[in-house]
Amino acid sequence: MDEFKNVKKQFPIFSNFPGLIYLDSTATSLKPWSVIDELSKYYSNYSANIYRGVYRISEKATEEFEKTRQIVAQFLKAKTSDEIVFTRNTTESLNLVAYTLGRQIVGEGDEIVTTVMEHHSNFVPWQQLAFENGAVFKVIDVDDRGYLACHFDGTTIPNIISKRTKVLALTYVSNVLGTINPVKQIILQARKINPDIIVVVDAAQAVPHLDVNVAELGCDFLAFSSHKMLGPTGVGVLWGRLNLLEKMFPFMFGGEMIVDVSIAKTTFKRPPHKFEAGTPAIGEIIAFKEAIKFLQAIGLEKIRHHEKILALRCFDTLKKEFGEKIKLYGPNNFDDRGGVVAFNFGDYHSHDVASILDEENIAVRAGHHCAMPLHKRLDANSSVRASFYIYNNENDIDLLVKGLRKVEKILKNK
Amino acid sequence: MSIYSELILDNYENPRNVGVVKKPSKRVSVSNPLCGDAISMSVRIKKGRVAEIKFEGTGCAISQASSSMLTEYVKGKEIVLLKNLDKKFIIMMLGVELGVNRLKCALLPLEALKKLLVEY
Repeated sequence: MDEFKNVKKQFPIFSNFPGLIYLDSTATSLKPWSVIDELSKYYSNYSANIYRGVYRISEKATEEFEKTRQIVAQFLKAKTSDEIVFTRNTTESLNLVAYTLGRQIVGEGDEIVTTVMEHHSNFVPWQQLAFENGAVFKVIDVDDRGYLACHFDGTTIPNIISKRTKVLALTYVSNVLGTINPVKQIILQARKINPDIIVVVDAAQAVPHLDVNVAELGCDFLAFSSHKMLGPTGVGVLWGRLNLLEKMFPFMFGGEMIVDVSIAKTTFKRPPHKFEAGTPAIGEIIAFKEAIKFLQAIGLEKIRHHEKILALRCFDTLKKEFGEKIKLYGPNNFDDRGGVVAFNFGDYHSHDVASILDEENIAVRAGHHCAMPLHKRLDANSSVRASFYIYNNENDIDLLVKGLRKVEKILKNK
Repeated sequence: MSIYSELILDNYENPRNVGVVKKPSKRVSVSNPLCGDAISMSVRIKKGRVAEIKFEGTGCAISQASSSMLTEYVKGKEIVLLKNLDKKFIIMMLGVELGVNRLKCALLPLEALKKLLVEY
């Protein structure tokens, strides 16, 4: 736990907002000094546009920008940094695949498979694509324990995946249940039935917390965001297999992504630049590499362990303190679960719980967390969600319990 | 200052005008899918005034208290005057400072009232 003792000091928000108990890293993470400094350095010292400039500060910006691409590629164990496309966020990364490859390969009567535990950003783009192209939209359910309701040992998956399944879109870690899906096994089984299936993984809640290796995972695309892993907002990553990226249509047209334009035709750059039209979030992408370095310096395995211990402790403490009054969602086994604890507290509305906790400087999320199909499945209008990251500790859980006692006191036994 | 003032908590714990009015002139339902709040409101209008108004539904303390207080306020009032009720009035009525998100909860009953009175 030593690595985590002094982590808080590296996040200026804790000096500027003393007493903040931040339990909403699943929505966005806090930012360390190293990231803020790097961002400020770009804006103060060499805030030029990339690629086009022949002057030194533009070349410096290009160099720093491309360094991030290298670091991201190494971080994911990608074959080449050409497989790393920068977008605005996970949502844009997923939409990019749905709009380009999705519209190229999904036709009438084909199938798209996703799960009920998806964030809207890996659900709605596929649902809409299915509507548009007359495809069948299949949704894998969850069971009462919070796992995907199919056995990926080959027994039930033939009922879900078929030769006509063009896309399997699935989340690595649920942003509500915390469930870590056995993505590698799922892909293995799915490919046994249909080797041509395109697998798109939403890794927004995985890459910040787990050691993710695209070479091992076996997916075709993987999307995540910088801002959930200590980095700046406005930066998303799409990793894709180079051969697929090469045959895909561009997503947006404009500056930076072309080789030659004439009245008669336009030729496009190779990936990843083909997908990066317009000036990107240069400073933010440059600073993003500091976030990755920060995580690597601690080590993803240690981070995973730290979060697991905290989430498990939170889960057990809430159960012990409030018993039947608290309804906890997601798997009981924290080997299969990330640092997310979603719950409903008595009959209190999640917004009331979150507002009263806010009075105690505790930041939790309340609502449906962009996962309405899942909340409908859980028969809950909304839920409260506490999530843990490197700057959280056991004291935060004690204060959460204290805060919930205050909720009881204020709202009584309604 | 806490948004859970005595006034709001009192209206949350003991909401006024809960139910459905008999022989309603109109009945409407509104909801905020973002948080699952849902209110249905019914009104009986007599001689251009609100003779009776009731609400029922599920939601947070703020939306429930706001519904209770708003229905209490409009009872017996002339419809012409009620058409002017706006966000500013709701904030004044509740007497607490609400952030943008919680303000949506507070405004849900006003949306219901506007729908009820639109053709009168």
